[in-house]
Amino acid sequence: MDVPLIELAGVKKSFGPVEVLKGIDFKAYAGRVTALVGDNGAGKSTLIKGLSGVQPFDEGTVKFEGQEVHITSARQSGHLGIEVVYQDLALCDNLDIVQNMFLGREEISMGTLNEAEMEFAATKALQSLSVRTVKSVRQKVSSLSGGQRQTVAIGRSVLRNAKVVILDEPTAALGVAQTEQVLNLVRRLADNGIAVIIISHNLADVFQVCDDIAVLYLGRMVASLKTSETNRDEVVGYITGTKNLEEVN
Amino acid sequence: MSTPTLIASGQEGTVKDQIVGYFQRLKNGDMGALPAVIALLALAVLFTGLSPYFLTKLNIANLFVQAAELTVLACALVFVLLLAEIDLSAGVTAGVGMGLFIILNQMMGLPWWLAVIGALLLGSAVGSFIGFFVAKVGVPSFVVTLGLFLGFQGLQLIMLGDGGLYRVDVPEILALMNSNMPDWAGWLMVVVMVVVSLALSLWDRARRRKAGLTSRPIALMIAKVAVIGILAAALVFVLNENRSVSILPISGVPIVIPFVIGIIFVGTFVLDRTRFGRHLYAVGGNPEAARRSGIKVAQIRISAFIICSTLAVVSGLLHVSRLGSVEASAGRSIVLSGVAAAVVGGVSLFGGRGKLVNAAIGALVIAIIDNGLGLIGLPAGINFLVTGGVLIAAATIDALSRKRSGGSLFRV
Repeated sequence: MDVPLIELAGVKKSFGPVEVLKGIDFKAYAGRVTALVGDNGAGKSTLIKGLSGVQPFDEGTVKFEGQEVHITSARQSGHLGIEVVYQDLALCDNLDIVQNMFLGREEISMGTLNEAEMEFAATKALQSLSVRTVKSVRQKVSSLSGGQRQTVAIGRSVLRNAKVVILDEPTAALGVAQTEQVLNLVRRLADNGIAVIIISHNLADVFQVCDDIAVLYLGRMVASLKTSETNRDEVVGYITGTKNLEEVN
Repeated sequence: MSTPTLIASGQEGTVKDQIVGYFQRLKNGDMGALPAVIALLALAVLFTGLSPYFLTKLNIANLFVQAAELTVLACALVFVLLLAEIDLSAGVTAGVGMGLFIILNQMMGLPWWLAVIGALLLGSAVGSFIGFFVAKVGVPSFVVTLGLFLGFQGLQLIMLGDGGLYRVDVPEILALMNSNMPDWAGWLMVVVMVVVSLALSLWDRARRRKAGLTSRPIALMIAKVAVIGILAAALVFVLNENRSVSILPISGVPIVIPFVIGIIFVGTFVLDRTRFGRHLYAVGGNPEAARRSGIKVAQIRISAFIICSTLAVVSGLLHVSRLGSVEASAGRSIVLSGVAAAVVGGVSLFGGRGKLVNAAIGALVIAIIDNGLGLIGLPAGINFLVTGGVLIAAATIDALSRKRSGGSLFRV
């Protein structure tokens, strides 16, 4: 396997006296889906916030495409091509799909919004993900289902030429059919050459769509596994901590 | 890459498809100004039946002039209502602005236009003050502007003295509400309106063609421009006739009509076609999403309040022009009518939905109620009751249509 798109080594983060990340090593590769699993409080969110620049890491190195970088702001991570799709999706219900996908980076020509350019680019981005669930790109987001909203949020990251897309619990609130749609979307995202990182509590989803699984336990990376070489029980063991104890013993 | 379009844009299909699509949107609760337009027509029919004076040329002209002040104030309020905020002080801000106008123009002897600029600047300053407290400090706009509503009434008294009433005899300002344009200027207004709306539509179509997108059937565009042209032409035709009931003839389109249409046009252009407008809607729809998209939310909020207060002073200017005087109590009662006009027209109190045209239609509804009830000779108390009832009805429609369209994820 070639150079990881993103590589963390010995990353630490504390909030006052509480050490949340105690030296994390983590890799994500272009074209692969990496799951980040762990129980509540394991440090998943802190890790993501560090990568997105919202809460920079205290110590450790971050390499992006082999180059060492210091991500200290959300703007900077955006420039590198790191996009986070948060659980609440952050969409404006009163705007349509195109307007949402271009929010904050509208195309302007002659001082006015170039709706046609934006509509074309948004349609193209959704097509590159083979989206068929959306009827019209000029639908208001308020009329969309949970899965379609997720589609719009993911489509937005494609539009921004993301190299790394981090999805926070993308299937948490979805039904069976919609979960399936979103997982297919995640797969196509990776097939387009993007490094996808998924935070999930749902191991069925993880095993269905992910290539690699990284397990956090109380601020440490206790396992980095290939999905094909592991099984559910082993992952659950790492998440709950029983597996680590076995190894220590 | 020439992949076939799998996802539609809503502009495909024949005229019939477009009409079906429109009714589909109506059914989904996206009603826009339709209830207000229906109410407007119903009221017009009702009052025509009840009073022989309602559908006279003189009254039609009066109606538009009476509505002008309210229209501008309602348009001002749209900018803050879009953010789900409110400005209860808009009316008294206009009053204070006019007070300053009197001080600058009559007491200090500055030329009228300089005094007007001073009043507008005062409006902007008031807007920044409100915006600062709402966006930076986090005080609810209801409280900040209620405070100003009370405080400014006092300021008006201090500026103009107890019971102060100042006559304004600046001909340029009086002309705004009281003078009419020559016939040709009225027709020129129609031509400009048709040409501008045609040009904008063609520009949009050209941009879509350049991006390789389909546009709506051209028949729809022609129909839209034709409707604008016919309505405007009909109005100008009526207003260009002599509408006087005495020997002195009165005819022509009141100057205030193109003035107000101009304000609506510029405001709509800013809201629909500029980045600022888009961001305003985004902040109104979901401030957190807007913030994460890199929009400077506080700046947008402050700008909205500045626009609102400044436009409110413009409506105060119309008030002075109509009455020919400034009184110390100016602007106390109009602000709730302004909110009512916006909401009746279909601007959502919950933010993120509404246009200036909605506010204008709503203002006409309120003005027609006022005008019609006055003509039938009902006591003034009834007028307040009806206007209040209409406001509650409109807010109910607003809340219901919001429920139907799914509502927001973030406010329950």
